[in-house]
This record gives sequence, C-alpha cells and structure tokens, in this order.
Amino acid sequence: MAMAALRREGRRLAPLISPRTITAVRSSPLYPTLEDEGPLGVRHISTQVVRNRMKSVKNIQKITKAMKMVAASKLRAIQTKTENSRGLWQPFTALLGDLPSADVKKNVVVTISSDKGLCGGINSTSVKISKGLHKLNSGPEKETKYVILGEKAKAQLVRDSKKDIELIITELQKNPLNYTQVSVLADEILKNVEYDALRIVFNKFQSVVSFVPTVSTVLSTEIVEREAESGGKLGDLDSYEVEGGETKGEILQNLAEFQFSCTMFNAVLENACSEQGARMSAMDSSSRNAGDMLDRLTLTYNRTRQASITTELIEIISGASALEG
Amino acid sequence: MLRRASMLLACRPILAARARPFSTDLPAAPSADATFTEAWTKVIPNMDPPKTPLSFMQPRPPTPSSIPSKLTVNFVLPYASELATKEVDMVIVPATTGQMGVLPGHVATIAELKPGVLSVHEGSEMTKYFISSGFVFIHANSFADIIAVEAVPLDRLDVNLVQKGLAEFTSKLSSATTDLEKAEAQIGIDVHSALNSALTG
Repeated sequence: MAMAALRREGRRLAPLISPRTITAVRSSPLYPTLEDEGPLGVRHISTQVVRNRMKSVKNIQKITKAMKMVAASKLRAIQTKTENSRGLWQPFTALLGDLPSADVKKNVVVTISSDKGLCGGINSTSVKISKGLHKLNSGPEKETKYVILGEKAKAQLVRDSKKDIELIITELQKNPLNYTQVSVLADEILKNVEYDALRIVFNKFQSVVSFVPTVSTVLSTEIVEREAESGGKLGDLDSYEVEGGETKGEILQNLAEFQFSCTMFNAVLENACSEQGARMSAMDSSSRNAGDMLDRLTLTYNRTRQASITTELIEIISGASALEG
Repeated sequence: MLRRASMLLACRPILAARARPFSTDLPAAPSADATFTEAWTKVIPNMDPPKTPLSFMQPRPPTPSSIPSKLTVNFVLPYASELATKEVDMVIVPATTGQMGVLPGHVATIAELKPGVLSVHEGSEMTKYFISSGFVFIHANSFADIIAVEAVPLDRLDVNLVQKGLAEFTSKLSSATTDLEKAEAQIGIDVHSALNSALTG
C-alpha cells in the first residue's frame, strides 16, 4: 500500500518537474505557482472560483463608485436650484397657513417619486406616507385619489390601490426641471382631478444624508373660505382686501392654482435632490460593502493558495524522502 | 442595517435641534400640526408623521401697534429670491387695477399682478424690474411678499425685439381663428405693449 501511495506521488511528481510548469511560470508573473493547468497538472485545491468572484466584486465596486460620482455631480447641479426655489412657497404659507388636518371630502394625494432605482428607501417612504394619508382621510363620504409622479411609486401603488389612481406621470427628469414644465403639469392635474385638498408628498432635502418626508397641503378656494369663516388659523384672511378682478373668488381661485404650481415646483426639485443624495449614500455603502467582501475573499484566496503550496511541498518532500530512503 | 441605524441617529438629533426653536416661536402653528400629528399617530402608530411646511419656515412677526418706518419686502421667483426680507421705503407694483404704491402700514391686501414694471425705492436709489404676472401679498405687519414668475432688470430688454414681438402678436391676433389662439395672441400683445411702455415710459 505504501508502494501504491509512492507510485501515486511519483506520477504526480513528474508533471511538476515537466517543462510545462516553466511556461506556466513565465505566463503569469504575479502568481507563478498558482495556475490550474488542466487535466495533467491538477492541484488539490482550486483558486479559480475565488478568483472569479474577486474579479466580479471588484467590477461591481468600480461601477458603484462611478455611480456615486455621477450622483454627486447631478446633486451639485440641482442643489443650487432647489435652494433658490425655497423662497417660493413661503409667502403662501405665511398668508394661508398650513392646515394638514382640514376635514375635506375629496382628497388628492400627489406622490412624488423617482423614475430610476438604486436610491435607497426614499420612494418606499413616500409611498408609505401616501398610504398613511389615505388611511387617515378615510371615512364616510370621503375619498382619496392618487396622482403619481415617477415610476417607482407607480410600481408600488398600482399593486393594491389601482382603482384610486387618477393620473400617472413619468419621465419627469428627461429634460432639466424648470418651472414651465411643472406649471403645465400642475395645470393638467388641476384640470383633470376634482379636489378639495391637494396633499403633495415628497422628500425634503435637509442634507446629503438626511431626507425628511414632508406633506404640503393646498386647499381649494371653497375650503379656504369655509376655514376662514369658521375662524381659527385662517380667520384673519377676510381682513385682506382683494384687489382687481370681478369677484374675490376669481382672484382666490388664481391664487390657489398659483400656490399649487409653486409648491409643486419646490417639491419636485427637493425630491430630485433627495433622490441624488440617497443614491450617493446607497452607492457609497455598496462600494464599501464590496471592498469588505473583497478583503474577505482575498484572505480566503491567500489561505487556499498557501494550502495548495503546502500540499505540493509535502508531496515533493515526502516523495523525495521516499526515493532516498 | 447599521447604515440605516447610523442615518437615523444622524437624522434625529438634527431634526430635534431644529424643531425646538421653531415650535416656541410660532404659538398658533403647532396646534394645527398637533391635530395632524395626533390623528396620524392614532391611525398609523408605527411611522413618524411627515413634516409640514410650517416647520421649515421662519415665523412672521405679529402686527405692531404703531406703523413701522420701513417696509420689509420678499421678492421671490421660481429660480431665485431676488429680495429676501429687505427693508425698503416703498415699492410700486403693477397690479391688474393699475400701479399700486405700497408704503409701511398699508392695509392688508392680496392683489394679482399684470406684466409691468416693479420699482423698489430705498432711500434715494430705485431699482426697476419688469415682471411677468404674479401675486403680491401685503400683510398687516408691513411685510410685502411679491411672487412673480419672471423678472428682469430693465436694462436687459432689447427695444427692437419688443417692437418685433408686438408686431408679430398683433398679426397673430388678426389671423387667429380659435378662442385659444386669440387668447394666446392677446396675452402676447399685452406683455409686449407693457414691455414697450416700460422701455419708453
């Protein structure tokens, strides 16, 4: 049995000292003794699998790093626009206040989301808030409809609230965002959807790592008048003189529509900023994760490689000592 | 998971630090927010309620008992805040009923604007802008909010292009067939004639 073992060792020894190994050494300068040659020079342990995984993980890391850079540059571009537009909705809130708890019959929830994925959890948060608002405003004679901007919210809401969806708008960011585009959108929504209150759900951009889900409420003229008459927050609205136009109602109608387009513009910009910021942090953690995985794989690879070298050495030495002795 | 936890930890203190100064300054606002927050937590206990615009805004000062000496103006456009809480003596706005002068202590008004010239008077200097339409809110505490869609300083306007535009839209009006085309042409004429008078007058 020992002779059989030695014969086995002998057979394995021959290819080791064959000229093929020398070519293998020349062909791969980095890892000279690691090539799996195929049927003749079969090592015990194969590092091919680990090496393939390492290559693919490294590629993924490069891709995610590149995506992070792209998101960072897009964020820079859109962040200045967003900060400039922040003054736009403040006069409306100063005048009309904000009444998210107003009791209305026809609610419309405008959910703003992104078209592309890989941006963390912001779209799911928006959808959850929208569904929460739907639940909050449910009751006898009350209805809530959805207007969806963006593919991601559409995918989530179509699944269980299909009958409540009024309008779906996608490919918002094909051209750079500007006020004209958003006001046309707002016009479409106002024309096609009956509403008492419009609730815009979006992610407000606080900083590159922090996005706050926010809901802005725009009330229709009738509800504004009702709230003004009943006193409370909008009580002093009547003290404002309304200039121009034939009737006060006409001006207030224009005001409500203008308020909606301005709040939409700000909301869309803020959401776009949040999307890029969330994508940056998602891609960053993904690259970091890939880096960790690569480290672990490198350790496994080195261990495997060293184990195979050690086994080779043992074979050679035991073979040699068997020949001598 | 650790990243989410660290993000939450980063978010919470920022929000907590910011929420405190606002809720003390705005006594009326938290009540509206409070009803909303309560209703939310009753129906959806697992999620934090979303924030509302009031928590992101500086509160406005209450109406003073005597008329202040200066008018505080916020002039905002979709792309920029031209003037943010600037103290001026007077502004003249092109309301639909004509040019309206606004001084400190003006009665609270909501007015729609037509295309025209807005002039801001501060001491001896006067800045003029041509604005497309918008709205102006004058509050009782001598705050004026002017919201316009476009505003350009008058020296950026080209007289020749204005004349050309006016001629073009006049011809469009005469050749217009549908109501929509007529309305569009009329709007074009209004804007261009306002531009014309702004440049000449």
